[in-house]
Amino acid sequence: MNDKLRILFNGIIAENPTFVLMLGMCPTLGTTGSALNGMSMGLATMAVLICSNVVISLIKNFVPSKVRIPAYIVVIAAFVSMLQLVMEAYVPALYATLGIFIPLIVVNCIVLGRAESFASRHGVFDSCLDGIGIGLGFTMALTLLGAVRELLGTGKIFDLAIYPEQFGSLVFVLAPGAFIALGLLIALFTKLRKA
Amino acid sequence: MKSTLLNMVLSLGIITIVAAGLLSWTFTITEEPIAQAKAQKQQDAIGQVLPGIAFNNDPGAEAVRIAVGTDSLTVFPALQDGALAGLAVESHDYNGFSGLITVMYGFNAQGDITGYAVMQHAETPGLGSKMGEWFCGQGHSIIGLNPKTANLTVSKDGGDVDAITAATITSRAFLRALGLANQAFDQYNAQQ
Repeated sequence: MNDKLRILFNGIIAENPTFVLMLGMCPTLGTTGSALNGMSMGLATMAVLICSNVVISLIKNFVPSKVRIPAYIVVIAAFVSMLQLVMEAYVPALYATLGIFIPLIVVNCIVLGRAESFASRHGVFDSCLDGIGIGLGFTMALTLLGAVRELLGTGKIFDLAIYPEQFGSLVFVLAPGAFIALGLLIALFTKLRKA
Repeated sequence: MKSTLLNMVLSLGIITIVAAGLLSWTFTITEEPIAQAKAQKQQDAIGQVLPGIAFNNDPGAEAVRIAVGTDSLTVFPALQDGALAGLAVESHDYNGFSGLITVMYGFNAQGDITGYAVMQHAETPGLGSKMGEWFCGQGHSIIGLNPKTANLTVSKDGGDVDAITAATITSRAFLRALGLANQAFDQYNAQQ
């Protein structure tokens, strides 16, 4: 039981994909203009991660090692395209906001990284737990970064006003603010983790 | 697992076939909701840009393409017993801060702006993305203005409209799209 819990929490703290592994920086910087967008992107990635981890751990014994990367990419791309269609059909507003970053989940190195380093070596249940853990870690990191940028940039969190908008510093909504906020959050996370 | 030509071809072949099957299945299921969501969005936008205008046809079903210069726009005529009550025009501009913006504008029969709805954009969050609220907000609203009498360019260019703070490029694109929509309005009336 402890083993399973460790797999689950591994992705949230010890191997947090954003703050520790520093994978998937492109969607991290690109979609965290607001807390809601960051969280949605994290959840979308988590859905793909869980599905692809489960399927890859199921097929790992049937895939010859020389073609494993193309095989994994096809599995991941299939899930991403399905997710894209489902989002376009049932949450069109969210789909419009996240736009290009949804198809780009295919080449998110977190997903392929977990397939290669975890799912292809562990059982189905463990891989599923790993997908949930890493997915939650990614979602948490993106939500936090989105919330910090939204708060400093526009004075709101999840569209709830905390202080008047004109005191916000616009740079945090723009690209440079993403780097600044992410850098500071990584520093803080490392400090807390070491303590 | 050891790689041989046969098992590589077989495994990749099977995986791609299963993936293609799953994808086409998902596509079949989501095709209708996607079309519905798009139609719903269009219908909502038409209702939103023509507030308080009574009409008894379905503007979405009577859409017409109108050629404006080298471009063409879709217009949705709202008719009351066959007479024009208002016109919703889906216009666009390719030179927003991040490329294409698509906006639906509403005009009443006299050509006054009754409303607008941003359909699609990729403008900077917190700056250009504010155009949805800005141009109907107090002090810089374009609602009720008539492009034939008001100078609908940003004040920096000598016009009557205050640009969005720190998003002049977006504001210019928005107003260019509005100008295009107004031309389509004239064209539509000329053709009737």
